[in-house]
Amino acid sequence: MAEPTSVAAATALQTHHEVSQFLFQQSNLLDGKQWQAWIDLFADDGLYWMPPGPEYTTWDGVPSIFIEDRDLMTVRMKRVTHPNAWSQQAEWGTSHVVSNVTIDGTDAQSGDLLVRSRFHMLEVRRDDVRHFAGSYQHRLRRIDGGFRIVLQRVDMVNAQAAFEYVLQVWV
Amino acid sequence: MPSQPLLDVRSLVEPDRVHRRAYSDPEIFDLEIKHIFEKTWIYAGHETQVPKPGDYWQFQIGRQPMVMVRGNGDAVHVLFNRCPHRGVQVCGSRHGSGGDALTCPYHSWRFHYDGSLESVPLESGYRDTRFDRDNPDFQMKRAARVQRYRGFVFASLDPKGPDLLEWLGDARMAFDDICDRSPVGRVEVVPNCFRVVQRSNWKFFMENQLDAVHPSVTHMSTGYAAADVERKLKRETGSQPLHYHYLSAFATSFDQWDQLETAGYPYGHTLLGGYMGLRPTDADTLEHERVLAAAYGEAKKEEILGRNIHHVLIYPSISVQSPLQQLRAIRPISHDRTMSEIWHFRLVGAPEAIYRRSLWYYNLVNSPSTMINADDLENWQRGQFGLNSNGGDWVSFHRDYGRDRDANGELHSTNGCSELPMRAQFRAWLKYLTETE
Repeated sequence: MAEPTSVAAATALQTHHEVSQFLFQQSNLLDGKQWQAWIDLFADDGLYWMPPGPEYTTWDGVPSIFIEDRDLMTVRMKRVTHPNAWSQQAEWGTSHVVSNVTIDGTDAQSGDLLVRSRFHMLEVRRDDVRHFAGSYQHRLRRIDGGFRIVLQRVDMVNAQAAFEYVLQVWV
Repeated sequence: MPSQPLLDVRSLVEPDRVHRRAYSDPEIFDLEIKHIFEKTWIYAGHETQVPKPGDYWQFQIGRQPMVMVRGNGDAVHVLFNRCPHRGVQVCGSRHGSGGDALTCPYHSWRFHYDGSLESVPLESGYRDTRFDRDNPDFQMKRAARVQRYRGFVFASLDPKGPDLLEWLGDARMAFDDICDRSPVGRVEVVPNCFRVVQRSNWKFFMENQLDAVHPSVTHMSTGYAAADVERKLKRETGSQPLHYHYLSAFATSFDQWDQLETAGYPYGHTLLGGYMGLRPTDADTLEHERVLAAAYGEAKKEEILGRNIHHVLIYPSISVQSPLQQLRAIRPISHDRTMSEIWHFRLVGAPEAIYRRSLWYYNLVNSPSTMINADDLENWQRGQFGLNSNGGDWVSFHRDYGRDRDANGELHSTNGCSELPMRAQFRAWLKYLTETE
């Protein structure tokens, strides 16, 4: 009678592994500046959202640091890759670490996986180091054997602190 | 120690050019703090930031840590955020509520919302001492003057000088324009303040706001990127959301920007007139026009919507973009660092869609993920870098010099690309720094 439990456990482990790999890949694409591949992680109706504070429950009708669908992500990508994006002349790079991956469950209606994780990101631009950290909340949809992001919510602990310069790309 | 030669600021400003030390010299910055920021009217905030008695919001006037506090009823007070007992900062959050009384966290001295002393613990210990609750030395110090115009609160640390309205002059149209777009004549703050540090002298921001030559150069990348996606959406869906236009419009040609108008008012306030296509004929705009006509009548509605404002700069602390209900306040930190505080307002009683479309501007252009200011801040930092150097002494403001029309102390130009706003700002700057008493 132990078998069903171990099968469920193995499935849960497998899902946790797949989800973790997906989240790691997400941050690797950002660090690798592979913008189009990163945008392609999103479902057609996918959204990237960074609220101004943890108390925000929606982006609808309220301010956001980022609220972008794939079209707006494309504007941002085309901006930073344009030869006259002056702010991109400064050498810069980022390094993300994603951890504490927790699967909270499945949305009863949509079947989307609800996942939480935490991140640290260090950015070096010219000679300046900035450090951002916070939590990700992902709604992931299974499509064609893989995942697509329906919603990536990014709560930065830095969200209400004064920004030294701006955020040119996604965190 | 050899003493520094006395600075003559007059030698730094000529009608068509300014010496780099105005931007790069910490000593000049000290003079600006003393004779401009800690003297003239500085934007404190909007009264709706502090809706209930005891609500407060911190801000800076020059180097002074201030707090704007809602008193009882309609009163709004501006106090130094300092306990008279031992100097401790009384209000500790960026914003919050003081409760029944503003209470010092060190020894529980308590203050009324206007700064007067409510109570001290162990008051008997002050018997037969010089302690006197009615003496200002035992109260939270008030800003010398606090005045409001249409809900926008200003404070001055100088008891003398022109009243707020006289000082604003025609530049008050910034607040008339933003408020009159509401059918009840009022705006309400959206309670979120984005803060971004500029690594450049505060005057870079002031000048850039009314510099119509820079957008199509500085923001070329975003203008083209947004126009690309805008075209794709038009092709695929037959419509282009207005917020793509907010970005693509930055790549408007020099010719079009030059058709705007500029004006410089006394005290350094400056205007860039122009509309950026913000009176479209979509259903939302028409509904807004209908609401305004019902409230004000057709003629007054036309007057309100016919105002020709892109930006108004209230020198030296805010830039108001009234057609989009955005306001940016700057708080200088040092000669090469400037804090900007970025606000959005809701037109009370106007259709929700009008708020929502300006919210796009707040999110895309003015938030910390801005696709516009990313390149502005980069350029200003590079400007500061150059002006700190010995590579040259002068900053050129020659464009359209000699063609400004001076009408009763107001400068006007019909060229949007004129460097009139910079010349007008420095005319006021010099007056502030030389007429120091």
